[in-house]
Amino acid sequence: MGRVASDETAPSQRVSAGVFPLINLTEDKDNYYVRAELPGVKGDGLDIQVTGNNLAISGKRKIAAEEEGARYHRREREAGTFSRMIGLPGEIDTDKVEANLENGVLTIVVSKAEIAKPKQIIVS
Amino acid sequence: MADTQSKELKVREKQEVASPAEQTAPGLVFTPAVDIFETEKEITLLADMPGVKADDLTIDLRDNTLTLAADIAPVEGAGEEDILVEYETGRYYRQFTLGELINQENIDAKLNDGVLRLSLPKVEKATPKKITVKTV
Repeated sequence: MGRVASDETAPSQRVSAGVFPLINLTEDKDNYYVRAELPGVKGDGLDIQVTGNNLAISGKRKIAAEEEGARYHRREREAGTFSRMIGLPGEIDTDKVEANLENGVLTIVVSKAEIAKPKQIIVS
Repeated sequence: MADTQSKELKVREKQEVASPAEQTAPGLVFTPAVDIFETEKEITLLADMPGVKADDLTIDLRDNTLTLAADIAPVEGAGEEDILVEYETGRYYRQFTLGELINQENIDAKLNDGVLRLSLPKVEKATPKKITVKTV
C-alpha cells in the first residue's frame, strides 16, 4: 500500500491514487482530517474502519430508478460500490475517530496519538 | 438497473469550466455531473454538487436558458495544512438550453446530500398530442 508522505517542496501537489473516492488529507496540531466528496451517499451506506494507522472507507452509491417512460437527455452520474484504503502518516488514536457527512462531503477527524503530537519545548 | 448499482465506481476528475463568461471572483469553477430526463409532463435534472448549501445555490431560467450556479464555503479550518490533495473545490456553473416551454410557476428544486433535484414542468401546450390519421 502506498504510504502517504508529505512533500516539503510541494505540499499541495496533486497526486491521485486513482481510487474512488478522491481524498484530501490535512493535518493540524491535534488531528488528521480526511475529506471526500460523496454526493448522494447516505451515512448508512458508508463503512469506515480504522486499523493501526490505516483508514478504510467503503460504501455504495445508489441512484434510484426513475419512473418508467423517462427519456434521458444526459446521463453522467454514476452509481456503484467503492472501497478505499489510506495510510495516515503518523500514529493515531483509534478510539478518537469521528466521521460526519454533510451536503455530500465526508469529513473524518482522526485524533493523533499523544506521541505523534508536536510538543513545544521551552528553553529555560 | 441492478448491474449499474453493483459495479465499482471509478475516479472521475471534476470538469473545470472552460470559460463561464467573465470571471469576477477568483477561484476554480467546475461543471457538475448531471442526469436530465423528461417524461410527458416534466423535465427533471439531477446534479451532483457536493459541498453546496441550499442558500448558496442560484437557479435561473430565462429565455429558455437554465443556469445553475453555486458557491461553496471552504471546509478547512484555520491551521490545517495539506498533506495530500486529490481534488480541488470551487464554484459550480453550468448552463442548458431548454427546447420546451416551462411552467415557471411550478418549478421545484430540492437539495439533498449534495444532489440537486430540479423539476421543470412543461407548459400544457407543449405536452405531445397524439394525432390520429383519418382514413377516408
